[in-house]
Amino acid sequence: MAAASPSVFLLMVNGQVESAQFPEYDDLYCKYCFVYGQDWAPTAGLEEGISQITSKSQDVRRVLVWNFPIDVTFKSTNPYGWPQIVLSVYGPDVFGNDVVRGYGAVHVPFSPGRHKRTIPMFVPESTSKLQKFTSWFMGRRPEYTDPKVVAQGEGREVTRVRSQGFVTLLFNVVTKDMRKLGYDTGPVDTQGPSLP
Amino acid sequence: MVSEKSHVDSQQEPRQEEPETGLLNMPARRGPRSLPPIPSASRTGFAEFSMRERMREKLQAARSKAESALLQEIPTPRPRRLRSPKERESETEFGTEPGKEVQSIQQKDDAQIYSRVKFREQKIKSKPQAPPGFPSAEEAYNFFTFNFDPEPEESEEKTKMKARDGTSQEEEAGEEEEPPVRGGSKTDEEGLLNGKDAEDFLLGLEHMANDFVAVRPADYESVHVWLQKEKEILFIPSRLTVPTYKKLPENVQPRFLEDEGLYIGARPEVAPTNQNIMENRLLVQEPRNDFGPSARSQGRRWFGDDGRILALPSPIRPFPCRPLLSTREQSTKAELETLYRKAVKYVHSSKHMVGSGDPPGNFQLDIDISGLLFTHHPCFSREHVLAAKLAQLYDQYLARQQRNKAKFLTDKLQALRNAVQASLSPETPQQSLDTNQKTIKEYKYEIRQTRKLRDAEQEKDRNLLKTLIKVWKEMKSLREFQRFTNTPLKLVLRKEKFDQKADEEAYEAEIQAEINELLEEHTEEYEQKMEEYRASYQQWKAWKKAQRAKKRKKKEAAEEHPEEEAEEAPPGEEPVKPVPPEPTDPGELEQKVRERAAHSRRRPGEPLLLPELSLAGSVTPNEQCPRVEVLRREDVRRRCVYLKVLFNNKEVSRTVSRQLGADFRVHFGQIFNLQIFNWPESLTLQVYETIGHSSTTLLAEVFLPIPETTVVTGRAPIEEVEFSSNQHVTLDHEGVGSGVPFSFEADGSNQLTLMTSGKVSHSVAWAVGENGIPLIPPLSQQNIGFRSALKRADAISSIGTSGLTDMKKLAKWAAESKLDPNDPNNAPLMQLISVATSGESYVPDFFRLEQLQQEFNFVSDEELNRSKRFRLLCLRSQEVPEFRNYKQIPVYDREIMEKIFQEYEKRLRDRNVIETKDHIDTHRAIVAKYLQQVRDSVINRFLVAKHHFLLTDLVVEEEVPNISSEGSGILGLSLFKLAEQKRPLRPRRKGRKKVTAQNLSDGDIKLLVNIVRAYDIPVRKPPASKFQPPSRSARAFSEKHVASPSTHSPAHSPDYALGQVLVRPFVEVSFQRTICHTTTAEGPNPSWNEELELPFRAPNGDYSTASLQSVKDDVFINIFDEVLYDVSEDDRERGSGIHTRIERHWLGCVKIPFSTIYFQARIDGTFKIDIPPVLLGYSKERNMILERGFDSVRSLSEGSYITLFITIEPQLVPGESVREKFESQEDEKLLQATEKFQAECALKFPNRQCLTTVIDISGKTVFVTRYLKPLNPPKELLNAYPSNPQATAELVARYVSLIPFLPDTVSFASICDLWSTSDQFLDLLAGDEEEHAVLLCNYFLFLGKKAWLVMGNAIPEGPTAYVLTWEQNHYLIWNPCSGHFYGQFDTFCPLKSVGCLIGPDNIWFNIQQYDSPLRINFDVTKPKLWKSFFSRSLPYPGLSSVQPEELIYQRTDKAAAAELQDRIEKILKEKIMDWRPRHLTRWNRYCTSTLRHFLPLLERSQGEDVEDDHRAELLKQLGDYRFSGFPLHMPYSEVKPLIEAVYSTGVHNIDVPNVEFALAVYIHPYPKNVLSVWIYVASLIRNR
Repeated sequence: MAAASPSVFLLMVNGQVESAQFPEYDDLYCKYCFVYGQDWAPTAGLEEGISQITSKSQDVRRVLVWNFPIDVTFKSTNPYGWPQIVLSVYGPDVFGNDVVRGYGAVHVPFSPGRHKRTIPMFVPESTSKLQKFTSWFMGRRPEYTDPKVVAQGEGREVTRVRSQGFVTLLFNVVTKDMRKLGYDTGPVDTQGPSLP
Repeated sequence: MVSEKSHVDSQQEPRQEEPETGLLNMPARRGPRSLPPIPSASRTGFAEFSMRERMREKLQAARSKAESALLQEIPTPRPRRLRSPKERESETEFGTEPGKEVQSIQQKDDAQIYSRVKFREQKIKSKPQAPPGFPSAEEAYNFFTFNFDPEPEESEEKTKMKARDGTSQEEEAGEEEEPPVRGGSKTDEEGLLNGKDAEDFLLGLEHMANDFVAVRPADYESVHVWLQKEKEILFIPSRLTVPTYKKLPENVQPRFLEDEGLYIGARPEVAPTNQNIMENRLLVQEPRNDFGPSARSQGRRWFGDDGRILALPSPIRPFPCRPLLSTREQSTKAELETLYRKAVKYVHSSKHMVGSGDPPGNFQLDIDISGLLFTHHPCFSREHVLAAKLAQLYDQYLARQQRNKAKFLTDKLQALRNAVQASLSPETPQQSLDTNQKTIKEYKYEIRQTRKLRDAEQEKDRNLLKTLIKVWKEMKSLREFQRFTNTPLKLVLRKEKFDQKADEEAYEAEIQAEINELLEEHTEEYEQKMEEYRASYQQWKAWKKAQRAKKRKKKEAAEEHPEEEAEEAPPGEEPVKPVPPEPTDPGELEQKVRERAAHSRRRPGEPLLLPELSLAGSVTPNEQCPRVEVLRREDVRRRCVYLKVLFNNKEVSRTVSRQLGADFRVHFGQIFNLQIFNWPESLTLQVYETIGHSSTTLLAEVFLPIPETTVVTGRAPIEEVEFSSNQHVTLDHEGVGSGVPFSFEADGSNQLTLMTSGKVSHSVAWAVGENGIPLIPPLSQQNIGFRSALKRADAISSIGTSGLTDMKKLAKWAAESKLDPNDPNNAPLMQLISVATSGESYVPDFFRLEQLQQEFNFVSDEELNRSKRFRLLCLRSQEVPEFRNYKQIPVYDREIMEKIFQEYEKRLRDRNVIETKDHIDTHRAIVAKYLQQVRDSVINRFLVAKHHFLLTDLVVEEEVPNISSEGSGILGLSLFKLAEQKRPLRPRRKGRKKVTAQNLSDGDIKLLVNIVRAYDIPVRKPPASKFQPPSRSARAFSEKHVASPSTHSPAHSPDYALGQVLVRPFVEVSFQRTICHTTTAEGPNPSWNEELELPFRAPNGDYSTASLQSVKDDVFINIFDEVLYDVSEDDRERGSGIHTRIERHWLGCVKIPFSTIYFQARIDGTFKIDIPPVLLGYSKERNMILERGFDSVRSLSEGSYITLFITIEPQLVPGESVREKFESQEDEKLLQATEKFQAECALKFPNRQCLTTVIDISGKTVFVTRYLKPLNPPKELLNAYPSNPQATAELVARYVSLIPFLPDTVSFASICDLWSTSDQFLDLLAGDEEEHAVLLCNYFLFLGKKAWLVMGNAIPEGPTAYVLTWEQNHYLIWNPCSGHFYGQFDTFCPLKSVGCLIGPDNIWFNIQQYDSPLRINFDVTKPKLWKSFFSRSLPYPGLSSVQPEELIYQRTDKAAAAELQDRIEKILKEKIMDWRPRHLTRWNRYCTSTLRHFLPLLERSQGEDVEDDHRAELLKQLGDYRFSGFPLHMPYSEVKPLIEAVYSTGVHNIDVPNVEFALAVYIHPYPKNVLSVWIYVASLIRNR
């Protein structure tokens, strides 16, 4: 690969799913996966993962700490379809069934550097009160057919969701050859804060 | 106290200045502390001093002796060491120790001096004893050589001193003996200890003793005293509001700039109390600290003109800005880390940056400061004041003279009068009386106005002249009075004489004219007034009358009620009786006019005075002036003035300091070239004055305007800017001072207060570069400023973006929102508006829809369209099939191959061009094209539907629980489930999880084929049997035969040489050219039970549902016989080695389309193996023929079977049918009935297929019975067996089965069952089960049979359609795709369940308990078994058919068929050669021609009952060849399936060196281009 004129750019993401705040739930684990466009291909690392089960911290913050590492490298020819990380959090309900506690997605930060993202999590709502009760009773809550739908807009208008909590993610983003290909996502602060 | 302190100060100071006396400082330092405070300084002070002096001298002398050597050795550390403690000491003494203590000590001492003396005596006595053994030489010397005073106290003192000195000296000496290695700090400490602390310690003892001696009550000072004292010391500023007059200079009214329309920024929020405290403090403290003359004003300089404390505009941001919180806890270590930061170019305040992108601009502003002139200065003498006034007046006079307004007005007046005259004169053509009258009126009005103006101007002129003369006179008198002149000013009045007579006449004429005019005016006025008077008089009269009447009435009333009268008295609202206006008296008027003329006008004959001011006068030299004046002049000479140039409030340069001239002019003549970088915001000159060598004061600030961009150097005029200062100066000489009242009168009346003021003459211009380009920042710069200003002013939010382009709107908005034009924030906006409204900007007269679009166009449209990458992206986004799954579109155009598009473009181009390359036969090509078009349109139809999502597509949710329903009692069931164990001991099989085909890639999907067993595989026939006629009725071979083959066959036969079993079959599965095979089993009924795994690749890597549905690949399951041949050449080797060759012979195959597997998810069952009608070398083991009721001859169709289980891993979710509701031409009632029927059926038997409506090829819902109608089969078929209806039926079925099968899901990518009518089906020559079944059913109906369409499930097709016919006494089930038929009770019938039957006029749903055809009753007349759609409640309405009246068949062109036959043969031969790249492929022509002759025979007999004859014939012809081959029979659609079929047989795999091949193709044409293709493939090996 000629260094002078690269044909792809690379996006290296590592970081971790740090912690979560789910005020009502405990003993949760999370899954993550990446959703990306057609021009993207993972070259190294894991595209998806499932974390350990964590319990709430005993202090006042009551956070659920996973510190679950993410490490993946993508190559791409087109910023269209920039990768998104999709998170889904699961945990036991009162009857011990594993139910979903939240879905959420966020784009991998565009600019290189260290980024912290806190993403709100939500779950689809039952269509009726009765179904809500039975789903609660039987531990079969409504779930997305595929968690990846939260990373797309199409078809979301038919769903109704309820917010559940927050998950904090930490990204360390490294890009290669983006500038050479004409995509400037450099850090904003070289220009100084653009205040009105 | 204070005095003592100062005394000590003075005592201390000189010593501190002598560094070499460091050592001696010690005793001196002790002085004030150790010495008892002196009650009266005069008593002992001097004596003590003298004594101490002496002591010091002696000490010094002695010490210098001793130390000289040491000092030489260590010169440096000593002074440092010794001095520092002293400094510290002095600090403690005068800094921290409050004077109070000293005071109190003094008080005490006064009282108790006696006791202290006593105490000292004691101390002295004890003291010498303390250091007995250490007297040094010096001490001894001192002790003995001193002259002691007789006074006991002093001697005591002295000895004490001496002793102390001695000790300290001693210690010093001791110290000095030590090596001087110590650190400085340590020695410091030591020194401190040596000196002061030791002393303190002693003194402390002293005090202690003192306290012991005298016990007194504790000091108490009353609170009042304390308060009093505090009051002296402390200052507490009041919280009360300071009255404004205190904050302002005397007699100055507060001035509010806001009221004057100037911009005042918002002041920061400060609590009023705090502000009051601050103001009080400033007012009180400032003057106290400063004792200068302008002390008062110093305090006031903190206050602005409005009497408020000066404050900058609020620094608080208008919006909150939260600083970024550091996300992680920073350890101290992290904070200490060095960070590398790349140097960032400093960006200036971005607002006024000049061309931020450009290299720092070379812009230059030239400021030429030519000079300064004071119009008033503190050093002005009275004469100067007058002179300045005179000069000012003269300037004014000159200016007026230049304008000469009076003359202009006079001329105008004259002109107007002439005009009036002219219009009044009758000669002038009168346009109309009215207009004339009107103009005259206007003229007159104008004359009046002009006259007034002229009079005012003339009066002004005159007054000015008068004042000028008056001032000059005053000046002259002043000069006389003071007997010297200070100014060279001299006023000369020149007289200009006129001709008295003419002048007088003119004057008189003027007056007369004026009088006339006035008279006219007055009469007009009078008349008007008279009119008014009359009117009002009438009114008054009327009122009076009414009043009178009232009164009369009242009087009458008053007589009755006298007391009421007083109350009702009118409250004085009676109109005054109007006074008639008096006519004006012309005489009086004339007098008035004359008076005014005399006042304001030059009298006739009076000479015109022209003043001329010159500097010709001489100034009295210094010697002749009085002292005060000389002083003044000297003062003036001492003063220097310079200017500072401030650019954007930053000092950039300053002029040289110039002496003030005697005429108070300063000439600078300096030009400053400012290389600027920022856009100039302000340009200020500050005038500074220095007096002698002392301080510099800021006199005033002069603000210069920024020049227009057109003003460049050389063209800029010199301008004068006035300035003034409010400083107050009082001088002690002739100078009148500034801001101080003074008077010219002797008695001091008529006071005058003048402020320092002056003018700066300057010019500011943009410089011109070398090449003549003005160095001006680009105008765009200002536009940027404009944009940023827009953001702030928030114009967009108020008028919208579009308003910005409309300047008028913007201006209107600015006016409406009362934008402060002086606010610097608004300046760019204002400028823009002013430019826009002045009409300079071009306002387009068209409306731009997307006005910002232009900004985003980075390349032209043509260029964008030329970009291959952009095109690729567009096509992909449009989901064009070729590019829908294109991954990783290259970054650069050059990396995109042109050929990517070629295919697509070709497709577009060929849309209407029929191409025959792939299809060989033109009709098929047309059909294929048509099919493609239908497919495209259907795809487009459903593409939209694909993007419509239902909740169930996105969210998996439990269904609404239903307790009552027995079929799906979810709640009850699941409640039961809750109780069951989570991990039961006997696990049950659970369904696999389905995967949506979304995120799959190559290799993720596998096809699992489990081959269980097979039945009735054909077995080999020994070659010996060639002469025996085959027996039909019995098994041809038994175990015995095989067990002892040698008895039958000759030894040279390889078959039997190895003692093989009947057959050694194995199964080979090929899918997408991947081949897997099982192990070899033995015997005709083998059991493998093996699982084969084949990878699946989706076309183009597209694993979407739509793509998977359209996979056309088939799974071929081929059964082979493995044959071992002994190839040993030599029998002698047979004992030592085995040389065998494995050959495999194709026996048959099962073909299952992938789409079937995909939709069925799993295929499980026993399938009939498709065995070629002639299998040379093999024969079937004959089963005992079971009479299945139709024909005993049919027993041959009983074939071989294989049991399979096929599935896909992971399980893919097949796409669902389109939920679109299609339009329909059916009756609404019928549609409702169908829905109801289907719902009822589904409720009872959800698994049984119920079909009432279908979708036709144009996408409309059609009732299904409309498809069934008797249709004529081709004539040839009917004529073939005119007497045998059964044979005809079979032939018809065969004809139908020859139409290629193509599932709808393949042709119409999404799931939707389209039913084409029979003529469409025949035109398309492709369709799935329904079309075949409908056509077959229609033919049977034509043949007069009772026929129904059977909707049910079959293997391997799944939901499918069969045809049921009623023969005389039994039912037959026809498979329309294969043409085979089965009896109702045939166990091998592929139809496994029956959902409903469809006849031409009704639909019957199966409501029997079972649905297997074996167990149900097909009698549709029984309503308990069959639920009919049309019944008595809903009679059949007589629906018309969608089928055509008659099918028309064209004869197929025989020649074309023959041609196609040749071409196919050629292609296949080439293919076989291609598949054998490493071997020579020989074709046996003789065999080929034999086979070719044989194939039509096969067609005629439909592949039955020809085997034995054929074999016999073949053997006859090819006696010495071992022959293995078979004919393949297929319907013809394309060449590709033929090739696949040949490939799958594996004929080409034989690699025997001398193998020869034979291939023959025969195509039998049926009407309507239905072609039956026979391919005979064979391999021949010559026997030796």
